[in-house]
Amino acid sequence: MGYTKDQLLARLKELQIDFFCYDHPAVLTVEAQAKYVGHLGGALSKNLLLKDKKHRYYVVSALANTNIDLKVLSQRLGLGKGGLRMAAEEALQEILQVPLGCVTPLALINDSARDVSLLLDQGFKSQQSCYFHPLTNEVTLSISASSLDKFLISIGRQPSYVDLEANPAVGKDNPPDLASLAPSGVPALPDKVENAVTSIPTGNDGLTVKKPTKLAGEAKSLAALQKEKLQKVQSSIDPLAEATNIEKLVKEIMDKTSTAFLNEITKDLNDPQIAPSVSDVVKRRVSSDLEHMMMSLKNAAYTQGFQAGFQATLRSSLQSLSMQK
Amino acid sequence: MAEEPKNGDAVGSGVGGREAEEEQVVNPWEVTAKDGGKIDYDKLIEKFGCQRLEEPLVRRVERLTGRHAHVFLRRGVFFAHRDFNEILDVYERGEKFYLYTGRGPSSEALHFGHLVPFMFTKYLQDAFKVPLVIQLTDDEKCMWKNLTVEESKRLARENAKDIIACGFDITRTFIFSDFNYVGGAFYENMVKVAKCVTFNKVVGIFGFTNEDHIGKISFPPVQAVPSFPSSFPHLFSGKDNLRCLIPCAIDQDPYFRMTRDVAPRIGYQKPALIESSFFPALQGETGKMSASDPNSAIYVTDSSKDIKNKVNRYAFSGGQDSIENHRKYGANLEVDIPVKYLGFFLEDDAELDHIRKEYGAGRMLTGEVKKRLIEVLSELVERHQRARASVTDEMVDAFMAVRPLPHMFS
Repeated sequence: MGYTKDQLLARLKELQIDFFCYDHPAVLTVEAQAKYVGHLGGALSKNLLLKDKKHRYYVVSALANTNIDLKVLSQRLGLGKGGLRMAAEEALQEILQVPLGCVTPLALINDSARDVSLLLDQGFKSQQSCYFHPLTNEVTLSISASSLDKFLISIGRQPSYVDLEANPAVGKDNPPDLASLAPSGVPALPDKVENAVTSIPTGNDGLTVKKPTKLAGEAKSLAALQKEKLQKVQSSIDPLAEATNIEKLVKEIMDKTSTAFLNEITKDLNDPQIAPSVSDVVKRRVSSDLEHMMMSLKNAAYTQGFQAGFQATLRSSLQSLSMQK
Repeated sequence: MAEEPKNGDAVGSGVGGREAEEEQVVNPWEVTAKDGGKIDYDKLIEKFGCQRLEEPLVRRVERLTGRHAHVFLRRGVFFAHRDFNEILDVYERGEKFYLYTGRGPSSEALHFGHLVPFMFTKYLQDAFKVPLVIQLTDDEKCMWKNLTVEESKRLARENAKDIIACGFDITRTFIFSDFNYVGGAFYENMVKVAKCVTFNKVVGIFGFTNEDHIGKISFPPVQAVPSFPSSFPHLFSGKDNLRCLIPCAIDQDPYFRMTRDVAPRIGYQKPALIESSFFPALQGETGKMSASDPNSAIYVTDSSKDIKNKVNRYAFSGGQDSIENHRKYGANLEVDIPVKYLGFFLEDDAELDHIRKEYGAGRMLTGEVKKRLIEVLSELVERHQRARASVTDEMVDAFMAVRPLPHMFS
């Protein structure tokens, strides 16, 4: 399971990072958060979990008033136009292991997020303290950018600060300037074993520190085995089975349709986070019906083929029988 | 096989007679609660010796399948199991399993209670990408309901159409009726099972008596044997160790207790089970859902007008008798049928919680809850009817053809 707020804060303390915590009722938006901590002088952040067409994920963490244009960002990352979109709700739970409205760079402490790329607004560097959620919506963590760096380095990350508002031309002579920040590996599916490793809290005494590494070794080899199995299965993929995979087809249709809609709608919206949740709702409702209709189609097509095959065999058997006479 | 809850609709003399009058009766041919009250599922689990299906297992299913658990799992409709965790272990290791469920085709008209196990089985098939065998026990109905052989075979084919309309994948599903399929390797397994079960044992499990005809007494192996992959040589030849998972209503448990007892003795794996509670009749838990009373259930052939009428007039309400009392005391969610039905069919957990809260506090009226239920049921029925329209006799023949399924694990 994912890290808890307390485990995260304990880790910050171990690293001797200075921070403040402010408790408040659960907040889902920056505006709501501002009501409780906006007057305290720190910099509120807005955090997005994005996904590209190759199912790679990105956390973009920016000052609340920085303008983020997903289309520009997508090109700068080398994903082409419209290659980036908001990730689905389920991804928050599965990959970052945080609730809705709680995207935060601190979630990268979870192993399930190891393939997620992090883009930080360079505006954070000039702020005395920045506000992020420490894995829960009910607390705001106040921390300086350099402390955040220290934390990120401790979990094996290189902090990458970017001018998120820049809009450089991307073309033949100007390669995408952020391409190096796109994740390189294929994200592994979060599996039971790896979750078990991250849930062991690291302690100061020698005993608990040893256990995780041993388990980590086993976990890695088991995970490697599972990856191998996955690859083996993928190499022997059956084209007919792929073509009749209804769930996959419906998902592709819905993704294409909703991306097209989203790109049109988000052109004028200030808060790019509303439209994706609307499209998620629409997707859910339509997907279910679409899947049923596709199953009817599949079964009917199979039946027609089956009949034809049966008739063909019958004819040829009858023919060879009559020829024998 | 997957029977509707027939309160008091016991067929076969003496079935259930061995139970004391005060206790509840649950077996494949009779389901009656104690003193006309509700079924006590905790007692049932204890008596049968199966396990409760707890939250952690549901979370595990979500992790393994990479998708939201089915409504019936989230709401505890499928609430008991035997060895389901072993099936998940097997699946996690990369090995496969197959599904087995069935229906006793006793009537032409299917209602939502009949569809519950099939809706859940379809989800299991899609989520785990495994094959499925569906048994239509036309021979059982011929014996127990005293139908002619022709009639029971006809009903089997008609029911098959509604089952197919639930959305099963023809490339992974084999439907068979006993009258058509029994023989060969299937019959060999039946004899192996029969040799291991004494007359005394079946009397103890199923409550047969000396007056019951020998057809009934020798039927149980027919329902047991689809749990063994060697019964389907055209599908699973060479895969003798393939595990089987059986989604069914909990009144079918006796068949599979017997099967699990016999399996190791004949060198086979025990089937695993995942069991559901009973679907309540429209008039309430204590009402009788009966084929002769069309107002006791919502049928798949009902129009949206029928549904509106049935729910508004016959669905047992837990609301108070007057609006003032209702606002004061709130609704009795324990007995309210519309809320219970929404528990089965309303996908959105948040909306259901909201309705339960507001209705229970008296802020929402029965009429509103019924209106939402009518919407949900109408959508479901419409989708079913649309799918049903494209199921032809040729499609039934294709589903029932003894053919290999080369993509059944893809």
